[in-house]
Amino acid sequence: MDLHSDYHNDMHIITVNAPRIDAAAAIRFKDALRAATAEGPALVVLDLCHVTFVDSSGLGAIVAAMKQLAADRRLELAGLTPDVAKVFRLTRMDTVFAIHKDIRAAALRASG
Amino acid sequence: MSGILPAEFSLRLIATDLTVRETLSVLRARFVAQNVPEDVCGSVELVLAEALNNIVEHAYPPDRPGDILLALSLTADRLRCTLRDRGVPLAGLTLPDGGRPDPEVARDALPEGGFGWYLIRDLSDHLSYARTAEENVLTLDFILVRGGDPAAAQMPKSDRNPI
Repeated sequence: MDLHSDYHNDMHIITVNAPRIDAAAAIRFKDALRAATAEGPALVVLDLCHVTFVDSSGLGAIVAAMKQLAADRRLELAGLTPDVAKVFRLTRMDTVFAIHKDIRAAALRASG
Repeated sequence: MSGILPAEFSLRLIATDLTVRETLSVLRARFVAQNVPEDVCGSVELVLAEALNNIVEHAYPPDRPGDILLALSLTADRLRCTLRDRGVPLAGLTLPDGGRPDPEVARDALPEGGFGWYLIRDLSDHLSYARTAEENVLTLDFILVRGGDPAAAQMPKSDRNPI
């Protein structure tokens, strides 16, 4: 699973460079995200703008990744494409995560 | 935009994660070619992903994946998908309830699974399950035009206001 890390002020931006977080990818995604967030800033923003499909396995992996973070750290989401936003909305997981339109909006929120 | 172009087709796949992924991509392209609206394509892809993943995970042993036969019947106002496998039956020979896992819990207790049947039930308009002597048969219907309004048919049940 190709994850790319960028650091913007005190925000760790992780971009998922894959079109699908599905049952075939979920375990590798969870492991890669755990490794990428093992240390670093308290705020981690997952940029999903290249992801067009997330199934329940992928959703579970994202939730698991958030639960792995220490209690004083946060995982937020940005750049949800329409089908991905639908999965979060239907499962009400959109109430659990702060969701930003894109990384620019997430950066504005973080610095403001 | 012109209307949905009717079609009947079927395909057989070996029940693995990667063949499910390939199959979903093939189907998406096919639905787009038949003029199925994007939003419906998204819902159908998600439901089929969950139903196929269930077969991969639960019907067959991981080291001996069997076949899934997927038959699709698309008309101007409805899509019917029939999934057949020769794996173990669903528990209790019945469809799981598929309630939505509760998101209003402490972070440590958030659900990491259990969304699959909820999504299948919420996004499909009708589903049925039968066990024959050898097969599991899951039938999923999607209504594509509701009350003459294609837009209304694209809403998940959880978003629809009862009238």
